[in-house]
Amino acid sequence: MGSFAGGGLPPDDVVVTALRAGDEAMFAALLDTWSGGLLRVARSYVSTDHSAEEVVQDTWLALIGGIDSFEGRSSVKTWVYRILVNIAKKRGVRESRTLPWSAFEGDGGGSAVPGPVPPGGWKEVPAAWPTPEGEALASEVRGVIAEALDGLPPRQRTVITLRDVEGWSSDDVCEVLEISAANQRVLLHRARAAVRGRLADYFESVKPPE
Amino acid sequence: MKRFTCDELVEVITAYLDHALDQRACDGVRRHLACCEGCERYFEQFRATIGVLGDPPPEKLRADVQDRLMSAFRERRQA
Ligand SMILES: [Zn+2]
Repeated sequence: MGSFAGGGLPPDDVVVTALRAGDEAMFAALLDTWSGGLLRVARSYVSTDHSAEEVVQDTWLALIGGIDSFEGRSSVKTWVYRILVNIAKKRGVRESRTLPWSAFEGDGGGSAVPGPVPPGGWKEVPAAWPTPEGEALASEVRGVIAEALDGLPPRQRTVITLRDVEGWSSDDVCEVLEISAANQRVLLHRARAAVRGRLADYFESVKPPE
Repeated sequence: MKRFTCDELVEVITAYLDHALDQRACDGVRRHLACCEGCERYFEQFRATIGVLGDPPPEKLRADVQDRLMSAFRERRQA
């Protein structure tokens, strides 16, 4: 089996056949391609890097144990992410990172925060953001983003991570999280609005005085 | 064409970007953005946010975890 660098992974049937045959290069390629995203999603549910790593490790062990019985009803990718979410949820509840699970289900509900538009409409146009130039600014912005993600309710964080960080389609996200397209959109929109708000605060705070 | 207030408009941006609005609403969003500076700027910031989110720092499993998983794969396949 050659390397998949640049070309992405081969189709699912090729992947599954190779894994069942014990193809180490294929397993290594999957580890390499998906572990980053799996870690990011795991962080939505658990509180430490160490826990996230263990969740990802357990997910891969479940894949190793389960590949022979994989029925191909979903893609391998969504199957693996579903395993991850199930393991991570259980672990997150055990760690009781935030609140009981019912609270996890509640963050798609009514609008709790006031919208960005002041009553009566924009009094002044929101400030233009600087284009991040140079490594220093870029790394500070990344820091702001990381903090903003940390502050999101788990379901919002999972959705925005899959959609915007990992670049998934809405259909795949709905399948993994077993939610409706409308619910997915509400969670995503709220998460994006929250992250935008944090970035706006940050750019406001570093703005040179006029 | 649907008419949006600013409050309504900022709430449908994700639906708009996902092409989940009907034609009437879509036209309404475009029209509003073309003549409302506040919402246009907000829309820009929203898209910039999505852009920055899509450029995350690299994330990798620790080498020893990877090694452990490679051995687990090897052993299981030989069993
Ligand atoms: Zn407006």
